[in-house]
Amino acid sequence: MATVHESTIINAPIDAVWHILRNFNSHVDWHPAIATSQIENGQPADTVGAIRNFTLADGGLLREQLIKLDDEAHELAYCLLEAPLPLNGYVATIKLKPVTETGQTFWTWESTFSPPDHRKQALVALVAKDIYQAGFRALEDYLGGSGPTHASVHHQNEQGASPSPSYQQIRRNDPSSTGPSAAGTLTTQAIVMDAHGGPEVLRPRQVEVPAPGPGQVRIRQSFIGVNYIDVYCRTGYFNLIDPPGIPGMEAAGTVESIGEGVTHVQPGDAVAYACAPVGAYTGLRTMEAELVIRLPRWLDPQTAAASLLKGVSAGFLLHDVYALQRDDVAVVHAAAGGVGSMLVQWATSLGARVVATVSTPQKAAIAEAHGAYATVIGRGADFVETVMQVSNGRGADVVYDAIGRDTFAQSFEALATRGHLVSFGQASGPIGEWDIGHFATKSATLSRPNYGHYTETGPMMEQQATRFFKAVEEHMLTLAEPTLYDLGQAAEAHRDLEARRTTGSIVLKV
Amino acid sequence: MTHVYVSSIIPAHANTVWALVRDFNALPQWTPFVAESRIEQNVPSDKVGCIRAFSLNDGGRIREQLLALSDYDMSCMYAILESPMGVENYIATLSLTPVTDGNVTFAEWQARFDCPADREAELIQQIGTHVFQAGFNALKRHFGR
Repeated sequence: MATVHESTIINAPIDAVWHILRNFNSHVDWHPAIATSQIENGQPADTVGAIRNFTLADGGLLREQLIKLDDEAHELAYCLLEAPLPLNGYVATIKLKPVTETGQTFWTWESTFSPPDHRKQALVALVAKDIYQAGFRALEDYLGGSGPTHASVHHQNEQGASPSPSYQQIRRNDPSSTGPSAAGTLTTQAIVMDAHGGPEVLRPRQVEVPAPGPGQVRIRQSFIGVNYIDVYCRTGYFNLIDPPGIPGMEAAGTVESIGEGVTHVQPGDAVAYACAPVGAYTGLRTMEAELVIRLPRWLDPQTAAASLLKGVSAGFLLHDVYALQRDDVAVVHAAAGGVGSMLVQWATSLGARVVATVSTPQKAAIAEAHGAYATVIGRGADFVETVMQVSNGRGADVVYDAIGRDTFAQSFEALATRGHLVSFGQASGPIGEWDIGHFATKSATLSRPNYGHYTETGPMMEQQATRFFKAVEEHMLTLAEPTLYDLGQAAEAHRDLEARRTTGSIVLKV
Repeated sequence: MTHVYVSSIIPAHANTVWALVRDFNALPQWTPFVAESRIEQNVPSDKVGCIRAFSLNDGGRIREQLLALSDYDMSCMYAILESPMGVENYIATLSLTPVTDGNVTFAEWQARFDCPADREAELIQQIGTHVFQAGFNALKRHFGR
């Protein structure tokens, strides 16, 4: 059984919206997917039991029957009798409610049906986007200029004129407004670093953010993820910024406006990103649209900003860098850290036995709660011994090591023959020089993955994010509440992160 | 029976708004008109049947009983046991619904009650505007960003 549930706010009074929707044959007038439509047997269009017989723009023929019409509750339901797609048992409901405060309308459109499994995802997306979401926007257009946002949008599109300051002011104060929006440069607070250095180089400053060009979006960011890579960026250890510049690789918010040719996100969509180039520590950001991910509706921006980069990292480490198998023995160092805690949960859900290493008893408790098969405090000989016990002397199939200098030698020692050592960070310092010939003693594989190479194009990012969201939806891992700092306190957030004073993720709130 | 219905759009994710309003003892944290509140007999504020006793900024005292609490529907129903408002059989429901198209919440607050006919208009105004809408305005400020 598949369920589609979409809702929106329409900028028109409920009576105007209902007047159109209660007419079961009106969809040909306002919905872009419908080419022709008529009610069979000449019945009035508000007769319960009436059948609409219609064709799509691509020629497909459908028949739908009105099975409920309730003027009091502003609700109607219909079912599909015939269709060119296997939307088996499709029953849909439309409900309207008034927003008494603003005179707008809250519209819910939902359905259930039983598609074949292999087509479920595509059919759900088709119904949600091409029918419901497209319908929302089309009906608002059809109602034409019925609200202030709408009127401004048309004004701007048709004449290319800048919206009045008062209009921008309204949009800035009202995150709930949707629809294509203000062109032109906007100012916002950002954290700019004028030089590489300590946390003190992170200073708040007003910056101008240009309107999105072709293929770009401008995002009104609400939460920004702080990752250890931001520290490397700030100190200059990674050459990500030639100062002055804005650090940060991860944020979530809503689309403020889109440039030409952008179709996969619309103004008002909740979105997030976790990728290079840097520049996330800001209230507004203009960037390439293809790197931006639409958030599933169950994922709020705060949690998204706290987890997307780490979740995507864990995803490609477990699937792409090394394809983890059921019953594998996997070692995860720093198992209570951001990526580490996701690796433990996700690998356990995939059926692997995880040996977790941590530095304190408190962190051991976290790793155990996440399902680690065995937990070791400290990373010396004890840990290699534990790996050997868990694997019956065989060694680990894979070791995930982001500690670097202090652990690399033991990680190699813990590997099974033909094992895979994944070195994805060096929190304790550089690993130093190793004799490649030594790896032949175990036919070992070494990977040194770079986040950027797994996320650098839109399709790659989309694939990674989708896999992460699915894992969360399937409860393969849970997302912890982050620690919040105001955007202006970015320097303090970095100080606390470097001093290891925080647990879990750190997020800056705009 | 008189019905008051007020709805609004809160600029935050429904889960976030619900985390604040589901606490039956949290009125002082988010409404502008409640000075202090406590749950009688020290039971948890999400125990259905619990009674909140609170005082308004103007000194009025109200006791309300939690009749239903649904984390699934994000709704909460309660009855007035004692109040200075002069209403009978007063039952109110506060409910939240996520708006999938944008990170906002559709919030509804409604009540049904009995009252003398000559006081109906005044009470609708008082409850609809000065309680429900005022509460929504406060939520919008709380989550304003």
